[in-house]
Amino acid sequence: MSRLSVRKTYKLYIGGAFPRSESGRSYPVTSPKGDFLANASRASRKDARDAVVAARKAFPGWSGATPYNRGQVIYRVAEMLEGRRAQFAEELGGGKRAALEQVDATVDRLVWYAGWSDKIAAVHGAANPVAGPYFNLSSPEPTGVVAVVAPADPLLGLVSVVAPVIVTGNTCVVVASEPAPLAAITLAEVLATSDLPGGVVNVLTGRQAELAPWLAAHMDVNGLDLTGVGDEELALRCEQEAAENLKRVLRPVAEDWTADPGTGRMTRFLETKTVWHPVGI
Amino acid sequence: MAALRCPYGGGDPGRDRPKAPGLEVETLVGDAVVVSTVTSSLADVASSDAALRAFLHGLPGVDRVGADQRAAVLGTRSIKTTAKAAAIDLAISMVDLTTLEGADTAGKVRAMCAKAMRPGGDAPRVAAVCVYPDLVAVAVEALKGSGVRVASVATAFPSGRTSPEIKVSETGMAVAAGADEIDMVIDRGAFLSGRYMKVFEEIVAVKAACGDAHLKVILETGELATYDNVRRASWLAMLAGADFIKTSTGKVSPAATPSVTLIMLEAVRDFRAATGRQVGVKPAGGIRTTKDAIKNLVLVNETAGDDWLTPEWFRLGASSLLNDLLMQREKLATGRYAGPDHFTLD
Repeated sequence: MSRLSVRKTYKLYIGGAFPRSESGRSYPVTSPKGDFLANASRASRKDARDAVVAARKAFPGWSGATPYNRGQVIYRVAEMLEGRRAQFAEELGGGKRAALEQVDATVDRLVWYAGWSDKIAAVHGAANPVAGPYFNLSSPEPTGVVAVVAPADPLLGLVSVVAPVIVTGNTCVVVASEPAPLAAITLAEVLATSDLPGGVVNVLTGRQAELAPWLAAHMDVNGLDLTGVGDEELALRCEQEAAENLKRVLRPVAEDWTADPGTGRMTRFLETKTVWHPVGI
Repeated sequence: MAALRCPYGGGDPGRDRPKAPGLEVETLVGDAVVVSTVTSSLADVASSDAALRAFLHGLPGVDRVGADQRAAVLGTRSIKTTAKAAAIDLAISMVDLTTLEGADTAGKVRAMCAKAMRPGGDAPRVAAVCVYPDLVAVAVEALKGSGVRVASVATAFPSGRTSPEIKVSETGMAVAAGADEIDMVIDRGAFLSGRYMKVFEEIVAVKAACGDAHLKVILETGELATYDNVRRASWLAMLAGADFIKTSTGKVSPAATPSVTLIMLEAVRDFRAATGRQVGVKPAGGIRTTKDAIKNLVLVNETAGDDWLTPEWFRLGASSLLNDLLMQREKLATGRYAGPDHFTLD
């Protein structure tokens, strides 16, 4: 007797749980060649709202954790991802060797950002010289909840936009790549099992054009990363919506994900806090 | 020959049904006769401890599963668009904006009063602010001429564990300071040990001390253990002269669950049917979201009827609820999800 294979249901990742879309909708995901792979949840604006609530709830704990601790957690994500190399390579499809290279590059990217967690303040903070008997110290602080529209590159691209946002203490809501969302949900399984508090990363799958404007307009979102938005008109609309509460916006750019990422993606979602402290008291 | 129209007996007075002891059976001529009969006999039920106990224990028991289910079903109504906008504004106008913390200051009360008068945008003002007795004068001063009423808790809130003289004098002082409404707590210890007359007499004494001020009687349902007790306490409070019955102090969990609110709404409905006197209901504690507030409004409409659907007869005791109502209001007006950063903290 042949065995029935148990297939995975791809759901959303909100607040550390894997719920189906509130709307009950799903959409078929196909391989680049057009073969059916799986059905993914098609999130609605209410799922986006719930995800923002979860991200906001997680923010005090995550931003209040020590940078060293955050670095450890992200390193742990890299460890868990390494352990699932074969699974990710299979989900990415294409040539096996190229896929494994992608997964390795993703693990390296996580390790690279994990190292930055306790160094970014040293590089982007400062002890400012002032004309008076004061210490004047600037330190970078996380901005809050960041909405991220992930690029089409299903794994390396996704990790390259999420890791810099959370490593500094932000929490985020990610809209996964619309044509290739499966790796994002598998990544969510990795995140759920690597000491990352629930709600720090929330993954939505579905229509970019449906979800992005709601997140851009949401008054409880503090930053917006539009990297994955291909449609110029949609990007413009999102930027205009984001202006209502002065979100920090990263405009869409074509990027080579294999290149050295630099610190730009981290500093875009940091705010500088400067304090004056009297000398000698 | 007909039985009296027993509470929970339903609409048909001609049918034989179990009657609460203490109520007399009289020939039915018309509804008016029933009402007057019951009124006079209800006055008698408090003539002695035994009569009161017999009456309260004669009230039919609450079907716990049925009450929970009914409340849950009413909580599934979908209220959207213009109906939702109307419900939000009605809920705002029913809010008793409350601060009952040991850390309350005059400044905090003044800030809350400012918010009570102008919650934000063109939202209606709230029904009342609710404070501790020593801060009544501050609230009265801040709310002068605004139409927002001042409610004060009294009688050793929240536990009620002090002597009756102190409860009465505390009430008198709060009224003298200008409180329009008094929120008193019942003596749960006495109630649970069956000394109903003590509870009754305390309410009567506090009611007398209130003068023109409205009296809200807090049952603290979270400590009453059973739904039967909630029903008995509701009737006890109404018989003793309460203008409002209120679920909880907000200091005990669970507080205002939908089932408890449902039972109290049934009690006020039946009390009016029996005596002609209307009593208000105030769920308080644990109502934090717009969804909860709208569920409460549905409960009122479906249980007591729309006579109760005004700030005069139904209130929501809350502090954080108001911000959520305002945020939902903003969402309906602007089409974008609102964030708490753009609303006041308290």
